[in-house]
Amino acid sequence: MRRVLIIGATSAIAQATARLLAADGDALFLAARDRERLQSVADDLRVRYQVQTETSVLDVTDYTAHEGLVDQVTTTLGGLDTVLIAHGTLPDQKACQLSSGETRREIEVNALSVISLLTPLANHFEQQGHGTLAVISSVAGDRGRQSNYVYGCAKAAVTVFLGGLRNRLHSAGVQVLTIKPGFVDTPMTREFRKGALWASPEKIAEGIHRAIVKRKDVVYLPGFWRLVMRMIREIPEPVFKRLNL
Amino acid sequence: MKKYYQSWGRYPRAEQEVVRLWSRHDPFPLDRIDGKTALPRGNGRSYGDSCLNDGGMLIDVRGLDRLIDFDPETGILRCEAGVLLADILKFAVPQGWFVPATPGTRLITVGGAIANDVHGKAHHQDGTFGRHVRCFELLRSDGSRYLCTPQENSDWYRATIGGLGLTGLILWAEIALKRIGSPYIDSETVKCTNLDEFFSVSADSDQDYEYTVAWLDCTARGPRLGRALFSRGNHVNTVPDKLPRIPGRRLSVPIEPPITLVNSLSLRAFNKLYYARQREHRRREIVHYEPFFYPLDAILEWNRIYGPRGFFQYQCVLPGNDGRSAVREVLERITASGEGSFLAVMKIFGDLDSPGILSFPQSGVTLAIDFPNRGRRTLSLLDQLDEVVRAAGGRVYPAKDARMSAESFDHYYPQWRELLPYTDPILSSSFWRRVTGVAA
Repeated sequence: MRRVLIIGATSAIAQATARLLAADGDALFLAARDRERLQSVADDLRVRYQVQTETSVLDVTDYTAHEGLVDQVTTTLGGLDTVLIAHGTLPDQKACQLSSGETRREIEVNALSVISLLTPLANHFEQQGHGTLAVISSVAGDRGRQSNYVYGCAKAAVTVFLGGLRNRLHSAGVQVLTIKPGFVDTPMTREFRKGALWASPEKIAEGIHRAIVKRKDVVYLPGFWRLVMRMIREIPEPVFKRLNL
Repeated sequence: MKKYYQSWGRYPRAEQEVVRLWSRHDPFPLDRIDGKTALPRGNGRSYGDSCLNDGGMLIDVRGLDRLIDFDPETGILRCEAGVLLADILKFAVPQGWFVPATPGTRLITVGGAIANDVHGKAHHQDGTFGRHVRCFELLRSDGSRYLCTPQENSDWYRATIGGLGLTGLILWAEIALKRIGSPYIDSETVKCTNLDEFFSVSADSDQDYEYTVAWLDCTARGPRLGRALFSRGNHVNTVPDKLPRIPGRRLSVPIEPPITLVNSLSLRAFNKLYYARQREHRRREIVHYEPFFYPLDAILEWNRIYGPRGFFQYQCVLPGNDGRSAVREVLERITASGEGSFLAVMKIFGDLDSPGILSFPQSGVTLAIDFPNRGRRTLSLLDQLDEVVRAAGGRVYPAKDARMSAESFDHYYPQWRELLPYTDPILSSSFWRRVTGVAA
């Protein structure tokens, strides 16, 4: 049994992952912004799997709450073995281009809040000498594209931060998992036209669960995105800048 | 976004845009429907066009998939409308509870089970699904919410059960599950050499068996007309020492063949072999509930075998004592046509009232038969069957239908106008427009 903290627990991917963890018998501490939705996700896990499910309403940009979170969780669950950070928003790229305020807000939610949360969590895990830090980044962070570079920039920051953490925490025996989903059919992407490349949150959750169990470092989900992104990264900049991506 | 959501029979084709709902706390998605009609959509297991809304919108509620509360002492479950019966079985069976009424697939949502007031092998003892629904919340397009129980807002309760999704969005429901002693069924299959034998075995079984249904050889004629394998069973109260095999990996029909694989040749051969496979008159065995209730769920996308033109399922109920002669006539017309399929089932319904205004089940014998879509030939046969069913005072099941005429519908459900005060002005379906002539 793991004792798991999930931040952004009402997101579709987080909820699907929580079900797989709860099916393993894990105890869960769920944090999210919306109280009603948080409660409905927690009730579902409790009824379905009869596991301990605690909740705490959390606004990730309320930085004063970050330091105390580890204590709160370890007190409630009697320890903390695994963290999944899954919160995020999908910026309106056009709106960001017209407003530096909007751009900063998106960077804050998708990058700064994650980095701020990871700081005390990393120290906790380093000290305890075991555990898993799993964070949802994105394929969008692998290269800047005109259609989505504010989001991509935030996710790139998270990816690089996690790379550094992994390097630092490896000797402490801590797993740092960078999760890079491609297109996922969730409320976050509801305005998009869905095609063959789209995956369900359940499918992504299976990949996350597997990666945690197998102590992976970086996963692309579904796996074909690793190849796709490698090709995209290989395109020389003089060519890339002319593409409509 | 346009999505080609289909119905299970893959006929007719319809084009509609899809809005997904993710939380029961969300408002009605009126802002995303912009002036069109909409239809709540579950897992799309209805066969015809009652789950389609050509030219309009679908509100996909499969994101409402959370369990809310469960009392393991009383078996009362509260869950969101997009929860599948499969999900309920997964968590409830280990705790000694079962769904109170289930059709031949567990891949349907609770909302769909209510909106079609579904039935199953236990109908003669437990009635329809709606009878076990203690309460649900209905969200209307004007934002109003109704808590419906048999006592409170009972008119909305009656209109929504079997109401084909037209009265509003069912957000969640409370269902009374059924106590079981184990996941295993003590089942017996009895060979019936003709229709009279089916009726007498059925009458003998109603009292002592909670589950009954017969697979019917719809190609057998003359003295063998209506020959069937009658299956009956009860939950085993103690877990057997030697456990039967639980079905493992699921099969799938990976591609759509260019034409239907079901033709008169394959059909005759299959039916003959299937009937002959069981040598003895009776075969008794302990089986897991999955193959007993849901043999076809083991083959994903089996509906593809009918090819790109899809198929029809015709399900009717023929009431009372006239039922026998009417069933005979229906079967004679089918065998004379050479149409039909592997899947033909027959069951005696009990006389428990169905709660919905438009509920399908009524006391009598029900017959459900698949037909590959061969165009006019098939349609005209089904029209002929309607004549027989109408004359016998029976009905056809909307959840299975893609073709009945407005006139037939009016004949089968003369009470349909009672539903009109409760239908939501935004909601409509291809089926509803077809059978009522109510414009989009």
